[in-house]
Amino acid sequence: MTNSINDYSNLEQHLLNDFQRDLSLSATPYADMAIQLGVSEEEVLLSINSLQERGVISRVGPVFRPNRIGVSTLAAMSVPAESLDCVARIVSAFPEVNHNYERDHEFNLWFVVTACSEEHLDIVLYEIEQHTEYPLMSLPMLEDYFIDLGFQLKQANKS
Amino acid sequence: MSIAELNRNVLQLNEKDRALIKVVEHGLPVVSRPYAEIARQLDCTEQDVISRLQQLINNGAIKRYGVVVRHKELGYTANGMVVWNIPDDRVDELGICIGEYACVTLSYRRPRRLPGWPYNLFTMVHGCNREQVRQKLEEIIESCNLQDIEHDILFSTRRFKQRGASYTQKSADNKTAQKNTTSLRLIK
Repeated sequence: MTNSINDYSNLEQHLLNDFQRDLSLSATPYADMAIQLGVSEEEVLLSINSLQERGVISRVGPVFRPNRIGVSTLAAMSVPAESLDCVARIVSAFPEVNHNYERDHEFNLWFVVTACSEEHLDIVLYEIEQHTEYPLMSLPMLEDYFIDLGFQLKQANKS
Repeated sequence: MSIAELNRNVLQLNEKDRALIKVVEHGLPVVSRPYAEIARQLDCTEQDVISRLQQLINNGAIKRYGVVVRHKELGYTANGMVVWNIPDDRVDELGICIGEYACVTLSYRRPRRLPGWPYNLFTMVHGCNREQVRQKLEEIIESCNLQDIEHDILFSTRRFKQRGASYTQKSADNKTAQKNTTSLRLIK
């Protein structure tokens, strides 16, 4: 696995770093990136496809504000080590779960559940408890203090 | 509209918006005319797609629009979820202060769940390794004056799933989860 921003080509670094926000809403966003970077649109399309295939770019597109077009919650479970793989697999299989991590804490499984309505969210949380047979702690967001400007890779790398 | 108002108001979306969100929530097609491609799927015009996305940006449904990177693949292999037990009357001020650091990608207030869970502010701190995350945390504690605030740091040890949120799923899609339950029962 690649381990540093410096392992990527100059073009890839720019694609990763320069377009994390305010992407052009013109009909041809990739051609606009190409003009800005002084390369061909073809090169931009190929590089983005490749970065996506390698899992470095999750996607190009919108990041939705939490709880604006749907509802979500952060859920935590305390699962014995020997059952964790299996429980994690069950949790991940729910399409409403988009992030699912093991963390080194008594609460060792942490995941985000997102749904289109409060009712649907409650059903999913109930189903997860039923299927895994472990209780779940739900911690819905009450306030978002973070202004999302994207992740400044080069800058963060230096600091 | 203030950030607080944005966070509290769930938008009333029409069918067309929902259909559009369903197509774009996992990313734009990587083709020369992505909105034309989406328009073909939704049976509308390229300009319709662009205008509606612009509306979703203007009304705050879309927080950020662009390339979404995965930190881990870029060398930021350590991420510490730092949780804080902050007096209720200071959580707004400190949530904003911590959220402004370049290495921090989330700063959310969440409810306490006493007695087991006393923490009411969640922040995500990224670094190349755990030591660097701890160093950054020390810097944050120093400059936001958090020396007396109870906190804990939860490092991620494994990522089981990471993708964009899906706002358009229905319960009927949960068949895979149900299938997997059988195997758990055998193990337990």
